[in-house]
Amino acid sequence: MRNLTARSVLLGLAAPLGALVFAALVCGIILAATGNSPIDTVDAMATAAQRPRTLVNSLNSATVYYLAAVAVAIGFRMKLFNIGVDGQYRLAAMLSAALAGAAFMDNLPSFLRIALTIGVAMLVGAGWAGLAALLKVTRGVSEVISTIMLNAIATYLVSYLLNPARLAETTPGSNNIGTAKITEGGQVPGIEVSGSSTKVFGLVVLAAVVGFVYWFVLSRTKFGFELKATGLSESAAVASGVSVKKMVVISMLLSGAVAGLVGMPQLLGSSYTYSLDFPPGLGFVGIAVALLGRNHPVGMMVAALLWGFLDNAANALDISGVPREIVLIMQGVIVLSVVVAYELVRRYRVRAEQQAVGKALGRTKTLEEVSA
Amino acid sequence: MTVGGLSVGLETTPTRRGKRLSPMVYLLVAVGALLVLSAVRALSGATDLTSSGTVQAALTAAVPLAMAALAGLWAERAGVVNIGLEGMMVLGTFGAGYAGYQWGPWAGVVFGLFLGIVGGLLHAVATVTFGVDHIISGVAINLLAPGAALFLSKLYFADAPGGGQKQSPRIEDAAKVTLPGFSDLMGTIEGKRWFFVSDLAGVLRGLTTEISLLTLLAVVLIVATGWVLWRTPFGLRLRSCGESPSAAESLGVNVYKYKYLAVTASGAFAGLGGAFLAVSSGQFRDGQTGGRGFIGLAAMIFGNWRPGGLATGAGLFGYTDAMALRGSNAVHALLLLLGIALVVVAVLQYRSGHNVLSGVAAVIGVLFGWWYFTSDQVPPELIGAAPYVVTLLVLGLASQRLRPPKFVGEPYRKGHAV
Repeated sequence: MRNLTARSVLLGLAAPLGALVFAALVCGIILAATGNSPIDTVDAMATAAQRPRTLVNSLNSATVYYLAAVAVAIGFRMKLFNIGVDGQYRLAAMLSAALAGAAFMDNLPSFLRIALTIGVAMLVGAGWAGLAALLKVTRGVSEVISTIMLNAIATYLVSYLLNPARLAETTPGSNNIGTAKITEGGQVPGIEVSGSSTKVFGLVVLAAVVGFVYWFVLSRTKFGFELKATGLSESAAVASGVSVKKMVVISMLLSGAVAGLVGMPQLLGSSYTYSLDFPPGLGFVGIAVALLGRNHPVGMMVAALLWGFLDNAANALDISGVPREIVLIMQGVIVLSVVVAYELVRRYRVRAEQQAVGKALGRTKTLEEVSA
Repeated sequence: MTVGGLSVGLETTPTRRGKRLSPMVYLLVAVGALLVLSAVRALSGATDLTSSGTVQAALTAAVPLAMAALAGLWAERAGVVNIGLEGMMVLGTFGAGYAGYQWGPWAGVVFGLFLGIVGGLLHAVATVTFGVDHIISGVAINLLAPGAALFLSKLYFADAPGGGQKQSPRIEDAAKVTLPGFSDLMGTIEGKRWFFVSDLAGVLRGLTTEISLLTLLAVVLIVATGWVLWRTPFGLRLRSCGESPSAAESLGVNVYKYKYLAVTASGAFAGLGGAFLAVSSGQFRDGQTGGRGFIGLAAMIFGNWRPGGLATGAGLFGYTDAMALRGSNAVHALLLLLGIALVVVAVLQYRSGHNVLSGVAAVIGVLFGWWYFTSDQVPPELIGAAPYVVTLLVLGLASQRLRPPKFVGEPYRKGHAV
């Protein structure tokens, strides 16, 4: 697998690039068919890309998406579908925001406050994911179903807790309800960028660290090897002494812990409170980004940046009169076509390998003959 | 259960080939449930538990759930997991809004169904032709469909009279029918507040008064699905694709064709569910489905991948939905019901030798009872979670009784050993 020939690199890039081109084509056709100019749309997005503010916002979105993608990818690497990243991060963000905003935290040193907030978020995320892991290993319940249910339960739980009678308070002068605002000492300062009124999230560093640890653990440790092995062939993993149940529990807990981090950059870097308008659906963006980036630490980074840029360019579209939902359509088409493209490339590779083997053995067989 | 995930090492509990229960048993269970319900009603004074109004509202709420569950059933029986149901339902609501306000409710239903088919075909192309993982394709459809619906809604409804960027103009409701005479008679009895008799009358009145033709259509479709899938050669072949596609193929069944048909039908049912939702609430709104596709999936699992079971599940979840809508103290009584149900599960599990499970069920059951007796009402924010909690409890405590199609969720390629 290690020999990077030009051909294998090209094949690796063919799928994501092909999907992007295909998605752009589909969107162009949709725009043209509905009386919008595709050229104007591209123009509006290109103009937006030149504004520092758009780029800073894109980077900030990408930070959050990347964390969500890593959370999903940990599961994906061993064929576990953590659809529940969404619920895990919302519950974690809400509870840790309540803790970070609590009055008694004011007396603690800043570093400890931030560490405590992040730690609690990871614990809550891991705990919520742990329920799904528990159901899977003790009762064989599919994690897809249980995490879908847990997502919904988290939604109701958050709306129950986010009530002035419980963990929240009404923001003065508005109808928004949120947890108590985190005071200065509990915030993570942002990074100034010239020409932009918004700052880069300080926790972009956290995303980078998580990405590095993800890479390191997966490719440089025994645990990572066992995790990947379980994903590639369970029976082989079991035969070599890996306890699948243990792996399920650990990877689900890790995935949930990273999911707990998803809300942190925004909570500690810009909103300082968990309120009704905290963005939902990040877990599903995470799935999309992990798919596009093929669970690879760098691939997901590129995918997260693309996703963040598309989201923020959508604002510019509204101004130029193109419905911004075209971006949602584009993202959906990208996900669907990229997975189809990966599958096609995989089939092509298998066929090429079989032909190479066939040639080496002196005669070629077609795929049909091989499989027959 | 292996819905596109790990299976080795997580040995599933052996499934018992339970003998089919006779209709008499089902009737007895229903009567027993109603008895408990009326006892709780009498005990708590929550008349809404069995009032005809609640039953009517429950029926309206249950129909879209039942359609979503039916959609899930068709796909999963052919071995394809469809968590894109939610997205297909969204397409259905948009279709109903678009055609419904212009040409009446039935045109809306047809167009919603058509858009659902489009979504189903997309899922079929991805999962059957290209062998993409079913969950991934479903997630992608759930991302794509709401975006597409909102895009189109801005395009077509923003300038329509009475419409907006995120909602369609009003759609007329479908015609409603009442069983003449019977309904009034039941109404009189319901008013008497007799134990059990009035409760029964309330339920019967709810089932025979102001019933939308859409609801009747849904009932027909559930029965028809049961007949087609379990009583015809077509259904046997379709189900064989979900149990053992290689075996089916060796017997000359065109597995791809059946999977395509099943997933397309699944999209149609989901679209229909969305259309019902839009028509019965009078318009298309953005975010109208509110996770009903997932509740439908839950109802299907609750119903053990069978039409009768999923109808029961949808009815049950529609019932909690209706109670939440009516916001009465009757919801509080549901806690007691849930507690009693769990204790019954505990006894059943104990008798079949699952002591740990029985203990867990008993503890949770007692906790629900304790919650009931120490509180005056359920916080309204939590009521909506009921279907999901119940499904998790069913999966966690009674999953050895569930038997999903054997090959569900696995990508299948013709001629490849599996």
